[in-house]
Amino acid sequence: AGTGGAGTAFVPGQPVTAVVQRIEIHKLRQGDNLILGFSIGGGIDQDPTQNPFSEDKTDKGIYVTRVTQGGPAEVAGLQIGDKIMQVNGWDMTMVTHDQARKRLTKRNEEVVRLLVTRQSLQKAVQQSMMS
Amino acid sequence: MDNESQYSGYSYKSGHSRSSRKHRDRRERHRSKSRDGTRGDKSVTIQAPGEPLLDNESTRGDERDDNWGETTTVVTGTSEHSISHDDLTRITKDMEDSAHLDCSRHLGVALGVALALLAFLTPLAFLLLPQLLWREELEPCGTPCEGLFISVAFKLLILLLGSWALFFRRPKAFFPRVFVFRALLMVLVFLLVVSYWLFYGVRILDSRDRNYRGVVQFAVSLVDALLFVHYLAVVLLELRQLQPQFTLKAVRSADGASRFYNVGHLSIQRAAVWILENYYHDFPVYNPALLNLPKSVLSKKMSGFKVYSLGEENSTNNSTGQSRAVIAAAARRRDNSHNEFYYEEAEHERRVRKRRARLVVAVEEAFTHIKRLQEEDQKNPREIMDPREAAQAIFASMARAMQKYLRTTKQQPYHTMESILQHLEFCITHDMTPKAFLERYLTAGPTIQYHKDRWLAKQWTLVSEEPVTNGLKDGVVFVLKRQDFSLVVSTKKIPFFKLSEEFVDPKSHKFIMRLQSETSV
Repeated sequence: AGTGGAGTAFVPGQPVTAVVQRIEIHKLRQGDNLILGFSIGGGIDQDPTQNPFSEDKTDKGIYVTRVTQGGPAEVAGLQIGDKIMQVNGWDMTMVTHDQARKRLTKRNEEVVRLLVTRQSLQKAVQQSMMS
Repeated sequence: MDNESQYSGYSYKSGHSRSSRKHRDRRERHRSKSRDGTRGDKSVTIQAPGEPLLDNESTRGDERDDNWGETTTVVTGTSEHSISHDDLTRITKDMEDSAHLDCSRHLGVALGVALALLAFLTPLAFLLLPQLLWREELEPCGTPCEGLFISVAFKLLILLLGSWALFFRRPKAFFPRVFVFRALLMVLVFLLVVSYWLFYGVRILDSRDRNYRGVVQFAVSLVDALLFVHYLAVVLLELRQLQPQFTLKAVRSADGASRFYNVGHLSIQRAAVWILENYYHDFPVYNPALLNLPKSVLSKKMSGFKVYSLGEENSTNNSTGQSRAVIAAAARRRDNSHNEFYYEEAEHERRVRKRRARLVVAVEEAFTHIKRLQEEDQKNPREIMDPREAAQAIFASMARAMQKYLRTTKQQPYHTMESILQHLEFCITHDMTPKAFLERYLTAGPTIQYHKDRWLAKQWTLVSEEPVTNGLKDGVVFVLKRQDFSLVVSTKKIPFFKLSEEFVDPKSHKFIMRLQSETSV
């Protein structure tokens, strides 16, 4: 029980450790835009206490707030409430909301590879370690 | 006075072609001539060493100019204007100097005074006549009469003071037509007094009424009625116009200076006087030298076109057709007069600023040369100066910079050396700083600031389509004319405001952080 990771809580000065899942989303072309099919919230310029999905209310990370039905994100396995840690190698734990949006909506990228974390992952790892 | 024309010629010299210089010099000479006729004797004439060089240059330029043919075909509004200006100033000066023999105005005043005296003395007469004529027959009248006597005395005193406050004022203007309210009041007072006298004559004098108390009460009622008439006068003459009902826009036709004023219900002639009173302290002084675009900018428009009629025999519509053709061709032709205008304005601005800087520095430095005598200073009596001498002492060091600045801003007719010295003396006496001394010269002030004889005109003509005793209404336009410019006044009604109320509970001011923004990707 004691070996569980630090979770997604952020301790200043210490590296963040989390159990992550790799999700690869292929963008869908709709007219002139490439869409991913989900909505994000959060960022270092936003109010973290408004985030309904975060466990720690000081967490200013980027969270998935909505997933459109049948969209590329749902197909790839993204769930609502996931915290996005990385996008194509770029860190998303300390970015502004607009920077996060830009990193996800680059026009020349057709595929985005996300590292996301959620509380159920953490619990699953803990359970598997205990059993 | 030749110096003036040469200076102005020099200031326009930069950036202009030679052919246009003739226009300028001609215009400057016209202007200096008109100035000579009426005001030239008082200008600043301090000669500084370097100046004669400039004179030679500008006259030489005139002789070198050989495109004289071009100028004769141009219809120049400016040169005609300056000639007629000259004539008009001479004519109107004669008009103003002649004595005003207006019997009608003195008649009005005399009538008013007579009526006032009559009204004032009537109650006293009412009281005294029974005593004088049939004293023996009068019933004795004790305390009530005495009370009434006191009240009559005090009411008459109050009436006297009120009339003095309201009517005994120097009239501020002569109106072209009768002042309706005042006439109305005079008629009212006259009717009142006459009717009282009628009743008195019939009921009391003829029948020799013995009841003295009744007579006294009769007199007291007259005094009361007079006090109410005085109240009516206050309301009609003073109070009604106070609440603003109209906004008047006054625009000066010569240079477009405009102001807005709020007035109440007034007749057109009273509104005109109101506007004039405000004109003298609100509008910057009318400076004819600042009006026109330099002729060099405008002269190129029409010249250079000659109209040939090819075989047309009918001469009826030739002139209009020709002029229209010329105008159309001139409009189509590409001209750069706006360019010249722009650069000339920029150049002039720069020059003014340079001269201004020099003037400010010179004045500041001059003011450091004197200081007020303190008691503890031990000074030789010969070195102590009164303000006039102090002013003269420091004037010399700033005179040249001042003269150059006034010339550049074309203000030199407005300030004579004597007036500058007087103003300097005034500023020194009141411990003013150089900046305070200069505020009079750096900005063109209102007309009333300048010397009375030159700029304060008393004769204005009111031009109006409606009778001038009509009240102001929305859309009324009238013009106040002087000989060289006019004030066009237009009326607009102040809108009716619908004010509604909204109650805000002070406790309702609450704030939250912005919700997390959500972006769909």
